[in-house]
Amino acid sequence: MLAVTACLVPGAAWGVLLLGPAALRVLGVAVGASLAAELVVQALAWRRFTLGDGSALLTGLLVALSLPVYVPLFVPAVAAAFAAAVVKASFGGLGRNWMNPALGGRLFAAFSWPVLLAVRPQPAAGWLGLTAGLSDGSLLGGTGTAGLVSTLLLAVGGAYLLARRIAAWEIPAGFAAVFALAFWAFGGLPAGLFRGDLPSALGSGSFALAALFMATDPVTSPQGRGARLAFGAGCGALSFLLRAFGGRLEAPFAAAALMNMFVPLLDRWPARRGPR
Amino acid sequence: MKSGEFRRILWRDNPLLVYLVGLCPALAVSNRLSNALLLAAVMLFALLGTGIAAVALERWAPLRLRLPMRLLLASALVTAAQRFLWAFAPTHAAGLGIYLPLLAVNCLLLASAASGSLAESVAQAAGRGAAFAVGLGLLALAREVLGAGTITLFPIGSFGGVLRLRGLPPARVLAAAPGALLVLGYLSALSRWWSGRRS
Repeated sequence: MLAVTACLVPGAAWGVLLLGPAALRVLGVAVGASLAAELVVQALAWRRFTLGDGSALLTGLLVALSLPVYVPLFVPAVAAAFAAAVVKASFGGLGRNWMNPALGGRLFAAFSWPVLLAVRPQPAAGWLGLTAGLSDGSLLGGTGTAGLVSTLLLAVGGAYLLARRIAAWEIPAGFAAVFALAFWAFGGLPAGLFRGDLPSALGSGSFALAALFMATDPVTSPQGRGARLAFGAGCGALSFLLRAFGGRLEAPFAAAALMNMFVPLLDRWPARRGPR
Repeated sequence: MKSGEFRRILWRDNPLLVYLVGLCPALAVSNRLSNALLLAAVMLFALLGTGIAAVALERWAPLRLRLPMRLLLASALVTAAQRFLWAFAPTHAAGLGIYLPLLAVNCLLLASAASGSLAESVAQAAGRGAAFAVGLGLLALAREVLGAGTITLFPIGSFGGVLRLRGLPPARVLAAAPGALLVLGYLSALSRWWSGRRS
């Protein structure tokens, strides 16, 4: 858990440098709300305090990174508290939740305050003096080189997780392969087949966050190679469909959350001397 | 009926919050408090009507005729209530939509078995109707306050019927379909905790 958090830090730091104090406020509020919600719920339920497992910290960080930087501060607070208290604690705490808490919190915000989360392409006052467009809708995001750097930093963190086998490589592989294939084939459809703008699709911060850090949550992903590939492929296909026909910002998050529901089914995938 | 028994029906045996009976209309119309109260009133009327008629009729009816009789009774009463509402309160009836006639096949109406004397049957119907109203009212109140930031009641005199609450922008997901299940889950847990607290 702490390793995953550490792998998110470079991307988060770049986002803060790029977008300035506003990003820092969103981060602080989300992490604080997640920790506070976990504390309050466990105090109310007379449970042992489990802040030490780092899961609430990670949840708050993921919720903050998946939100745009210009939201009013109560949005990250409510989303992170919902993630920790409702999505995780209501089902019995870490290890018993069926949906990734950060995904749940992000989608709660998306369906509750769609107007506040809508794209506002305005330059942010960052500390680097770079003007980053905010079209991506995640705190890491942005268009152009600056936005791509944060995605690259996320990808480096994710690659470390995959190399250490903390996250299963099959999930992001299936996710990226199916999403890229579908987007390349159908993404530029009014113009013609096989004309999708791949770099902008794969380089978005929300896609990297969902594929590398949220879909790979070991609690809410299936066991076994085939099941994981199918899980990732489903995420990819759904996020393409949701991006093409629905909200562009939360498509990867909604896709991963939808696939979370299929994990009990995918866990019955016939494993023939599986890897684990 | 003793008051302890009434309280038991209200909380520990609440048909909506504990047994999750009658969910279909409850989840659909609990987005507004006025809709919920109206549906609960129709439900109470139908429960009382079927309760009284069942005691009167089922004494001599053969066993295999009781269920069809009950279905006919329920649909007749619900249709009457629906006609009445459309005649005198068409906007409210429109707010309930298809869920008003659907009450005729609601499992709460079909499951309430008539037993014993007339007084017992009426008391039981009233208790169940009140418990359904309390559960539905709580559900609708929570959903409307959190999900829409309003409390909709019936317009009386100069009062327009809608209270607008100040505060943060409401979480719209709670007024949408998934919100109904979320809030119902928490209310159910709360009522179980409340009734298990003293026993």
